[in-house]
Amino acid sequence: MNAPFVPHTDAEIGEMLGFLGLSSLDELFSVIPEAIRLAGGLDLPDHWSEADLRDRLEELAAANMPVGRHLVCFAGAGAYDHEIPAVVRSLASRSEFVTAYTPYQPEVAQGVLQALFEYQTMIARLTGLEIANASLYDGAAALVEGVNMAVAAAGHSTVLCSDGVNPRWRRQLQTFSKGPGLEIVHVPLADGVTDWGSGAAAAAGRVGAVVVATPNFLGCLEDISAARRTADRLGARLVVVFDPVAAGVLKTPGSLGADIVVGEGQALGTPLSFGGPYLGLFACRLADVRRLPGRLVGETLDVEGRPAYVSTLRTREQDIRRERATSNVCSNQTLMAVTAAIQLGWLGTTGLVEVATRSARAARYCRESLLALDGVESAADAPVLREFALRTPLQADTVIDRMLEEGFLAGTVVEEGFIGTHYAGSLLVATTERRTRTEIDSFVAAFDKAVR
Amino acid sequence: MSAPGGRAASAPLMGRAAEPSLFDLSEPGRLSASFRTSGLPEWSLADLVPEEFRATEPVQLPEVAERDLVAHFTRLTHRQYSVDLGSYPLGSCTMKYNPKSCDAAASMPGFADVHPASPPSMIQGWLEVLVELEEALCAITGMAAATLQPAAGAAGELTGLMLMRAYHDHGGERRTRIIIPDTSHGTNPASVALAGYEITTVGTNERGSVDLRHLREVLGPDVAGMMLTNPNTLGLFEEEIVEVAAAVHDAGGLMYYDGANLNAILGVVRPGDMGFDIVHMNVHKTFATPHGGGGPGAGPVAVREGLKEFLPGPRPVRLLSGSFGFETPAHSIGRLHSWHGNALVLLRAWAYLRLNGADGLRSVSDVAVLNANWLKERLRGVYDAAYDRPVMHECVLSAEALQKETGLRALDVAKRLLELGFHAPTVYFPLIVHEALMIEPTETESPQTVAALAEALEQIANEARAAGSATDAKAAPRTTPVGRVDEARAARHLIATYDQRDDGAQG
Repeated sequence: MNAPFVPHTDAEIGEMLGFLGLSSLDELFSVIPEAIRLAGGLDLPDHWSEADLRDRLEELAAANMPVGRHLVCFAGAGAYDHEIPAVVRSLASRSEFVTAYTPYQPEVAQGVLQALFEYQTMIARLTGLEIANASLYDGAAALVEGVNMAVAAAGHSTVLCSDGVNPRWRRQLQTFSKGPGLEIVHVPLADGVTDWGSGAAAAAGRVGAVVVATPNFLGCLEDISAARRTADRLGARLVVVFDPVAAGVLKTPGSLGADIVVGEGQALGTPLSFGGPYLGLFACRLADVRRLPGRLVGETLDVEGRPAYVSTLRTREQDIRRERATSNVCSNQTLMAVTAAIQLGWLGTTGLVEVATRSARAARYCRESLLALDGVESAADAPVLREFALRTPLQADTVIDRMLEEGFLAGTVVEEGFIGTHYAGSLLVATTERRTRTEIDSFVAAFDKAVR
Repeated sequence: MSAPGGRAASAPLMGRAAEPSLFDLSEPGRLSASFRTSGLPEWSLADLVPEEFRATEPVQLPEVAERDLVAHFTRLTHRQYSVDLGSYPLGSCTMKYNPKSCDAAASMPGFADVHPASPPSMIQGWLEVLVELEEALCAITGMAAATLQPAAGAAGELTGLMLMRAYHDHGGERRTRIIIPDTSHGTNPASVALAGYEITTVGTNERGSVDLRHLREVLGPDVAGMMLTNPNTLGLFEEEIVEVAAAVHDAGGLMYYDGANLNAILGVVRPGDMGFDIVHMNVHKTFATPHGGGGPGAGPVAVREGLKEFLPGPRPVRLLSGSFGFETPAHSIGRLHSWHGNALVLLRAWAYLRLNGADGLRSVSDVAVLNANWLKERLRGVYDAAYDRPVMHECVLSAEALQKETGLRALDVAKRLLELGFHAPTVYFPLIVHEALMIEPTETESPQTVAALAEALEQIANEARAAGSATDAKAAPRTTPVGRVDEARAARHLIATYDQRDDGAQG
């Protein structure tokens, strides 16, 4: 056999073919019409050894610039460089979690099911809502599902979406809105936060969902109660995009009136990973649980009366309800959800507060130091937590390129989704609890040179 | 083939007590976390967050020592079946062995610690991997280009349907219906509904294939396309695929290939040569990326030349200069992922394809099909084949006769099999087969393991026949961390978080 992971010897293959009354492997495929069969095999190189693979991987990895000591990360925009301790990496890479399938046989899947139950509990608490599902693909996917759920519940198909929502997520929402026939109305920002009194918000009718993010894409904290009042005025459901790290110090979206809370969970133990796999957080009210997308783990008993966990309310799901399902999601991001549960277990109550507080201290120190530089101005003045937008004397992408040479990933340019606004072209900078005063001081010194 | 196969029944467990919740293990004031020494001013929360936004009480999370955290989650892993532990013959799920070298690739800092918003000059290695993966997937499927953005198979399906809509809209046509066979996966109809199409179901003929006559009846100018798995969910190759595709194309529709069963045909036949226009792949099935207890996966979608201009963007491309960058196609359907797809999953798939190569991939399918046919023949007379003809990578058997004779249901077979050291097959799917047992051994299970699996399945049937009842199997599983789970109770009395527990719930 030429396949490295096929155990069969040639003798065994001969024996098995003999049992089937066949004389060659080709005969296994005799049912496939000759005319469409691939002559000559695949147009790919033959197999490599593991050592050859590793050599090539090392070459390719060397053509990337990962963040770390030689490239200190000040970029965010939805992907954050938070601490991931060895214990989380170690537990989350255990093969029982990594190589399990979806828990269809609960008797032999209690490990994943219980970890998900604990995860659901933690996410419900962080959002201030009663129910959290077992994960979706990422924050953007969770937003799309949240909006679909909201419009289905409200019975109206117009969506009022704050421009403070991550612009790439807004683009994705736009992509997915065509099937269900949603109309997305964008609500502009003023001074970095959503202007619910704007013309766009006032003119909209038949609104099923109001969407706001806090902190928003520019890092600014939003007034969720104002969004709630808008939703109430329109008879719509309120979808809040939250941040699980900020949740360590902010009032919960649920306590401020959110009906559905979605978010990106990468910050909870998942590496930057070039953007995926990440973790879609999703929570809702108990009253809406039958519209919940994705899997949900529940606690029950086994035949002997012992506590046991199982995927529940399965009749919502695609494999049972088919075209009437609440969502098409099947595979989710269970491994990242388990990772998040371990990370939150490591952090504990005070640890999560620490992460948020330390990130905010770094942001304040970094922001004030940068604003003290000649020509650097704030792009939005509303209160921020760990991310902020700046106007620089030179174009932001030039600043980023120059800062790379100094060993800093300086941030991201605000452009897509903000063209034509006051925020376009500004530089978005993020700090986590991993940034030290020494790093920030060096960053600011390099920045001072890079902007002129 | 008399050597003992890979039964997992030897796995040692310490007992059958319940594992307490992490919340039960919590002790206020206990702490695992520690942070970098920052040297920053120690501003208080009140200095940093205005009062109107600030929480008055912190969110309560478990407070445990690192030692107890490790013990808890390690004990949970001992309550969890996995591919590494043993055979996992879930039909349609392709639970093959996941090579460790692919995991090692995904943990290299040069890949794992790259920020997704990095400028193209900093991510040339990543872009080269993604472009090479796209090229390899096109070679395997016979397509012209692919998007790697969809995060899973279902996302790939929705992408494919949106591509169909964009294609027809571009041609000025408004088509409203999608045809799917009655054997399809549940994600197919759910995706069709989400894409805003109506569903027309086409029947299955007596050979287990699409009923071509029925298909021709339901085709019309309002049909946007057809979704099909080939081999289909009965494990059978659609022999009339060329005629099926021609009929759909003649009606102006497109053919969508659901790649769930691609493992059967690598290097044997390409969906493009069968007449498909759009193909999604489940890399967590065919290309051995581990399934993580339910995810992450990745669901790349490949298309024919004429559909390339509609692909999601931005997409990694090879530039004329020889370096790599991004490009958004002219009539792109838009963005499907916040960044570039489930990149670390895609990297594992790239590594798997390199480790196997053209020669290895063909052997993968040869042996996947050999194992499934051997198992089906070995169980002749024990269970009935749903359709008695050669199968591809999986076989669908029925316990209907046994159920009538002894009361042994497919579910009982599944639960009893757990006691004998194997994960259960997929049961009660496809829906058109009564008491279905859908078994996919995959190519990575040795002849000895497949033989041991067959032996176990035979033992279960023999026990019921000898006893004239299924009493024994209905008590299964008795050796697993918990016995049969009361699913009805879970739904009736919902406890989905620790905070919903109450004394009554535990009683």
